[in-house]
Order: sequence, then structure tokens, then C-alpha cells
Amino acid sequence: MAGTALRGRLTWQLAELVEAVAETPRVKTIVFDVPGWPGHRAGQHVDVRLTAEDGYQTERSYSIASAPVGTRVALTVQRLEDGEVSPYLTDELRPGDKIELRGPIGGYFVWEPSQGGPLMLVAGGSGIVPLMAMIRTRAAAGDDTETRLLYSSRSQDDAIYRDELERLSGNGLTVVHALTESQPPGWTSYARRVDAEMLAEVSPSPAERPRFYACGPTPFVEAVAESLVRLGHDTQAIKTERFGATGR
Amino acid sequence: MAPIVSRGFRGRRAAHVDPARIPPGQYVTADFPVLSAGPTPHTALESWDFSIVGELDEPRGWTWEEFRALPSEEITRDIHCVTKWTKLDTVWRGVSVDTLLEGIETAADFVIQYSDGGYTTNLPLEDVTGGKAWVVFSYDGQPLAPEHGGPARMLVPQHYFWKSAKWVRGLLLQSADEPGFWETNGYHNYGDPWQEQRYAGD
Repeated sequence: MAGTALRGRLTWQLAELVEAVAETPRVKTIVFDVPGWPGHRAGQHVDVRLTAEDGYQTERSYSIASAPVGTRVALTVQRLEDGEVSPYLTDELRPGDKIELRGPIGGYFVWEPSQGGPLMLVAGGSGIVPLMAMIRTRAAAGDDTETRLLYSSRSQDDAIYRDELERLSGNGLTVVHALTESQPPGWTSYARRVDAEMLAEVSPSPAERPRFYACGPTPFVEAVAESLVRLGHDTQAIKTERFGATGR
Repeated sequence: MAPIVSRGFRGRRAAHVDPARIPPGQYVTADFPVLSAGPTPHTALESWDFSIVGELDEPRGWTWEEFRALPSEEITRDIHCVTKWTKLDTVWRGVSVDTLLEGIETAADFVIQYSDGGYTTNLPLEDVTGGKAWVVFSYDGQPLAPEHGGPARMLVPQHYFWKSAKWVRGLLLQSADEPGFWETNGYHNYGDPWQEQRYAGD
């Protein structure tokens, strides 16, 4: 097993909630302190395990939202109405509570400043989370890799991390929002779903050999990836992460 | 570490499901989520073929028409994705790997499934023979949709579902084990859901 044989088992670790921040009406960021956290690469995820009093357990995977700084690990969770785990994480969990997690996991949908760019990030809804980790990692490292984010949300209020994205813009980062359902008065950016024309306008050209990371609901990512291939981008440079109705 | 109780978490056990059918850490879903690492390939049936290559005297190959003329069977199995969902009683139609390998003599102990788009995944040969694996072309009575691996994908239900390659185009028989795509990206080399072999080192 080249490359992986020497790694030990990822063990479950206690994570204490230190902060919870409402991002949108349906989305919360929960920040854990994980003593001994080994650090992570932007785009990786963790597994979360919850245990009920009678011993019943369940697990889910969540993308890491934070840059690898210290022992803090931030997850951004969208509350699914019929979910078993997300309503617990967003509504029930309070600072001081402990859950179990293990990670970091995944070696493909990841980006580090040493990989360079130009970077083209395409997010649909809560698919922004692993891409935000890339943007934050870039900022934390003082990296100026040319990076463009095309971010599709239903409305301005549904756009997660809106203020922080505005703050981080510049220094090589361009953020373009597409609002698919409603737009505030005077909105001058895109007011429709992401399509090939939009991707052609926002992305670097195929000649610039951009690295693509697309994350969002399955139909969104399918459409984005297919458009990028049609626009002449290298399929091997298009990394995708999809979630189904119950995926994350 | 002994598990700790998550204050206020009650959980929702799947009703009407025999817990013995659910591997550790999995939950039952009625949906069919999609996970793939890149764009969905679209290969026309006219240019599709399926090959058996590597350590055998004569490589074998089938066009789509030839492949579809092989005896096929209906397969009903539970499938388990490493991202935690389990889907019960999924119904497929496909050709058994035993049929594809019939009469082949090989010293190979391992097999790599390879796919359009460059995906690969590895297993011991004995884990895809003896009624354990199929190349399937229909799901739930319908032609297999591209996002679920159509026109044809592997079905190896005893392993996590990344060991069932979408858009599969052939099997490479080898005497040495060689990790595939996810296996070189932090995931377990064997992927037995009942042993919860999700990640390298599990």
C-alpha cells in the first residue's frame, strides 16, 4: 500500500464545543477544541459520532470549514428538517458539550498553497464549506494564488460567510455571487443558476490551466462539471464533491 | 476510548429494519446519493467495450452488444457507502464476473477495476469471484443512469461501495496488489463495512 501503509488508525477524539455561530437561518458554524488535533488540509472532512444514553450510535461526515490553525476545528452544518444528526448539532449542542470526532479524512478534494493555481472554486449552497477552508487557508498563509469563487445561493440571506468573503476579497481573490431565487434591490451580479456562459465569464480560460473544485448538491455539480468539460477544460483538473438529499 | 454519551441525543433508529443488516456507523437511506470525484463520463454504446487484461494468455473483450448477449441475472443486495449511508434491497441486473472469467487460467491474486475517467479500485481476485461481483447495466428495472455509473458499473456489495467502480471498462488481473484511486487517497485497502474499514489504518 504505497503512501498509506505507515499511517496509524484515526482514533475517535473528544471534541468540546467552544462556540456556535448562526450563519443563516438554516446554517450554523460549530467550533470545537480538539486537544492533539494534528492539523488538516483544506477540503478534508471529519467523521462525527453521537451516542445516545442507551448506547445507540450514529455517525456522519462533515467538511472542515476552518484553516488548519491550532487545535480549533470548525464545522458548518446545514439543518436538515428530517435529519437525525444535523438538528442535534445546530439546535441542541451547547458550549462545553463534548462529542466524538475523528479525522482529518480525505486526500483528493484538498488544496494547499504549495499546489498553486489559478484556483477556480464553484459552490452551490452549503457546498461552500470545504471551499471556504481553502480560501481561509490561503488567507492564513498570506498566499496570493489567483483564486476565483463563483458561489450560487438562493438569496443573499442564504449566502454563508458573506461578510467574511467580502473582507477577504482582493489580494488575488475574486468572489462572484449568483442569487437564483431572489435578489436585493440594485443587485448587479448574476441572478440565475450557474450555467456554461457564467462559468466561461468567471473562470480563467483553459489555456491558463485552472484547478477546479466544485462542491454542492448533485444536480448542481453535475451541471457545473459537464459545462466545464464542454468549455474545453481538462477533466483531470476538475475535482468534485457532491451531496445528495441525505448526503451530509 | 469508550464512547461518551452525547447529552440530549436520542437518535432515530430505523424502524422496521433488522439492526443486524446495518454495518457499524451506517444509517439507512431511501435516497440514492451520488459520489464521484470528477465529471461524469459519457461514453457512447458504439464505442464502449469491456476487457479482461493482465495476467492471462489472451486478453478478452466484449462490445456492448456482445456483453449484453451474455447471460445476466437479477441481483438484490444491500449496499453500503463509506460516507455512511446504507441502502437496503437494491435491485440490479448484470453479468456475473464468474461468467466473464469463465475458462480463464490466471496466476493473478488481485484485480483492478478500471473505468472511463481514470478511476481505479483494487481487490483480491477471490473477492470478485464465486458469486460476489457483477458488471451491472440496470438499476431498479431501468438502464443505469450516467451519474450512477451507466452504461455499466461494478457491483461488489460485500465491500464499501467505492469498491464498485462506476463507468467500468475492464478488469486488470495482477499478481501484486496495487492500491486504486481512493486507496491512495486515505481510504482503506480492503473496505469491509462489517469491520468498519473506512480509512487507512482502520
